[in-house]
Amino acid sequence: MTHSIWMYLLVMSAVTLSIRILPLTLIRRQIKSRFIRSFLFYVPYITLAVMTFPDIVHATQTPASGLLALLVGTAMAWFGASLFKVSAFCCVAVFVAERFLVG
Amino acid sequence: MTSLNKSGLLSTHRQALQEGVRDGMPIALGYFVVAFTLGIAARNAGLSPFQGFLASFFNNASAGEYAAFIVIAADRPYLEMALITLVANARYLLMSCVLSQRFSPDASIWHRIFVGFDVTDEIFGISAARPAPLDPYYNYGAMLVALPGWSVGTAVGIIAGNALPAAVVSALSVALYGMFLAIIIPPARKNRVIGMFVAIAFAASFAASVLPVISELSGGTRTILLTVILAAVAAAKYPRDE
Repeated sequence: MTHSIWMYLLVMSAVTLSIRILPLTLIRRQIKSRFIRSFLFYVPYITLAVMTFPDIVHATQTPASGLLALLVGTAMAWFGASLFKVSAFCCVAVFVAERFLVG
Repeated sequence: MTSLNKSGLLSTHRQALQEGVRDGMPIALGYFVVAFTLGIAARNAGLSPFQGFLASFFNNASAGEYAAFIVIAADRPYLEMALITLVANARYLLMSCVLSQRFSPDASIWHRIFVGFDVTDEIFGISAARPAPLDPYYNYGAMLVALPGWSVGTAVGIIAGNALPAAVVSALSVALYGMFLAIIIPPARKNRVIGMFVAIAFAASFAASVLPVISELSGGTRTILLTVILAAVAAAKYPRDE
């Protein structure tokens, strides 16, 4: 071990915090461009969708239980269940399904 | 700070703080479990529980920290640590840009710094889902429970390793995805364009995970590529009039 863990922690934290804080502090005014404003409007939905699928299917012990969580969560969110309920029922669905799927 | 009442916080800020804590709870729970497993990687890299706590407190990024622990375990140069952290966490740059437009232009630099401190996929998700202008106290509420969940979870993972049963880890591992669904599905139902692009994003993300070349890229890089391309197409074809 020729490198210090403390130095590694310092480097990784400095990079991560710069990435997170610089845009927020440097872009102080409203952006005028309609394209960029629209782009930034769509980013949250698209990026969360990209991160959700297919990763949710690979997160569980069996793909089937992950897929079930996706269906349960989508249906509950569609009918307006709260953030906490959607999240909790996804977990419950996986737990119950894997009682049967995982021997 | 002339508008503070006797309790020290404007009542709207206090309400935002409480709502942040409420919405932060499922995040904290999910974080604890993910961080717990991350702690195992941290222990393999030689981190003490306190070092794991610090890494997670100041980074709060699963893929980014995992990649970083691999770098530490392999004793690679510091420059490589900087580059890998940059690539794995680059999506937060985009999220920080989005949030910069949600702040009222006269918001203080300190609020911008502290909100920026914890721009994670999940906290970004719940705060971007709220109407502008962004109330930083909502983010602080979520951070108040999510940050300890993540950093203590990492430390406990380093200490306790594989103590949680696999069935519990598996069930809790979908908590964060469930939250993402709760954020994107209701607007996708209301707004035709959002709905269409959520469906396209699912399909494109699946394709990118199996197609040659692009599936070789890291998950973080694929997320950025797909987000930038699809959001640019959406913005060009369906610009928003405010």
